[in-house]
Amino acid sequence: MALLNVNDLKVYFPIVGGFFRRVTDYVRAVDGVSFELHEGETYGLVGESGSGKSTAGKAIMSLNKAASGEILFGNKDITKLSGSQIKPLRRDIQMIFQDPYSSLNPKKRVLDIIAEPLRNYERMSSVEEKKVVQNYLDKVGLDSEAIHKYPHEFSGGQRQRIGIARALTLKPKLIIADEPVSALDVSVQAQVLNFLQELQEEYKLTYLFIGHDLGVIRHMCSRIGVMYRGRLVEEGTSSEIYENPRHLYTKRLIAAIPDIRPETRREKERLRNALKEEYEQTFASYFDDTGRAYDLKRISETHSVALP
Amino acid sequence: MDNVSFTVNENEIVAVVGESGCGKSALALSIMQLHNKQRTKIEGAIRYRDSDLVALNEAQMNKLRGKDLGMIFQESLTALNPLMTVGRQIEENLDYHTDLTKKAKKARTMELLAKVGIPLPEFTYKQYPHELSGGMRQRSMISMAIACNPSVIIADEPTTALDVTIQAQILDLLKSIQKKTHMGIILITHDLGVVAEIADRIVVMYAGQVVEMGTVLRIFKNPRHPYTRSLMNSIPSAATGQDRLHVIEGAVPSITRMPRQGCRFKDRISWIPDNTHENSPELHEVASDHWVRCSCYKHFYFQGRKEKR
Repeated sequence: MALLNVNDLKVYFPIVGGFFRRVTDYVRAVDGVSFELHEGETYGLVGESGSGKSTAGKAIMSLNKAASGEILFGNKDITKLSGSQIKPLRRDIQMIFQDPYSSLNPKKRVLDIIAEPLRNYERMSSVEEKKVVQNYLDKVGLDSEAIHKYPHEFSGGQRQRIGIARALTLKPKLIIADEPVSALDVSVQAQVLNFLQELQEEYKLTYLFIGHDLGVIRHMCSRIGVMYRGRLVEEGTSSEIYENPRHLYTKRLIAAIPDIRPETRREKERLRNALKEEYEQTFASYFDDTGRAYDLKRISETHSVALP
Repeated sequence: MDNVSFTVNENEIVAVVGESGCGKSALALSIMQLHNKQRTKIEGAIRYRDSDLVALNEAQMNKLRGKDLGMIFQESLTALNPLMTVGRQIEENLDYHTDLTKKAKKARTMELLAKVGIPLPEFTYKQYPHELSGGMRQRSMISMAIACNPSVIIADEPTTALDVTIQAQILDLLKSIQKKTHMGIILITHDLGVVAEIADRIVVMYAGQVVEMGTVLRIFKNPRHPYTRSLMNSIPSAATGQDRLHVIEGAVPSITRMPRQGCRFKDRISWIPDNTHENSPELHEVASDHWVRCSCYKHFYFQGRKEKR
């Protein structure tokens, strides 16, 4: 059974302007996106910046209000709940942020940062609380003396792990990871990615992994949705997307990944140029009159593409 | 940085690779002589054609900077002046190094903007940096760097802040400009994918030293130094599938705690016996034009995992 079901989700941001700052139009950041997450899997949302992938993630956390559509978690629709009704759900859905430098409060000690979710949801004595925090610090591989330090005393990778520890304290079912490694060096990135996989096995976590680095996404995710201008243009298993992309945009995205085999360089460049030509000539035929991507159509059990 | 030597030839792209804190950017800044002179000590020489950049005074250096040596910075938003239009910023370079008339300068700027693939040069000419997208800003910065047809360009992480599709476009653009002008490019990056894509030679830096150096084709096929091999095994790629990635133990030592003696990578490969390292590691030529520092590479193996090829 699906853990999370997103149905025709739309998130619009108003553009205000003119007389009395009236709402003149909307930015359709997410414009009719549907996907589902199964328990224990890692689902990847990819796309360029501005494609609406983070907005979709935030809507699930109800940090952004959805304009329409539903987000079913268990049997509740997150978009219809009021502030106080959402609170218990927030326990089950946690988020890991992109920038480990701005997502930790610089004035708080690590203890207070990691214990904050606990303080919101559980009544614990400070001794118990400390024990729990120590335990998670241990899990993420940080010293127990780290508990009294401030975020600036840590490196980027360590900070990201503090952010992960904070997301874990309430034993969530779903973690939304919004570009969790894009601010990190390759070796640190490897460390954090491994670690996310280990945690997934240990706690049976489900990840919604948002990113633009297609190498990382391929490494982590079993299923992938490709977003373009607020719409999903292709969805499928990792190998379907990478080995048999059908939508022109996906093809272009895949062709742009730098290959670490220098001997394929010429061929890659030729492929890119050929695709660029095809892109310029047939681009319009992949979108309807208003420039919107078509609805996803199923082409196999797991693979769907937005073709006319 | 300690004892770094390498050469860039005409029409060649040399990639400098390493994690943050390995001295890549310090290298770029010292070639351009942009570091704080009061707080740095420089030994050795940076030869450009017949002159030694280290020995030049500020005025002589200003003549070279922008004209013969161009630089592309990582953060295009902070590197560009927010109060000046893009067109003016490009012209500024021409003001210093050419005696073109105002009209000729404008014409040249338009030409440059068109050359880097900006769709509406007349329009962009009048725009301010914040009005442009990241890719467009990076393009205008490239046009600024190539304004006076420099013979060397230093690109410090030119595509790190960009999306993959834009990154591919910018790399192709650099390549095509190089085809015409035959300039030498020093590409500083931490992305081995980018290196494999466009560079001719690669210089791997660790903790301020060059640990491996050679042609890209050779080093990607046959990396020797433990650091290079570890880096290559920590990138997620098609070959690894969903297996665990290799993690390098520990972290890059901070400058103040840098070991001055012995192999600097020693602490991060603690399972390799101490006696395989040299006391003062030197670069050895293991094949023609393939240099590796220290002797530990002969004995290096990965702990409990298969190396991917």
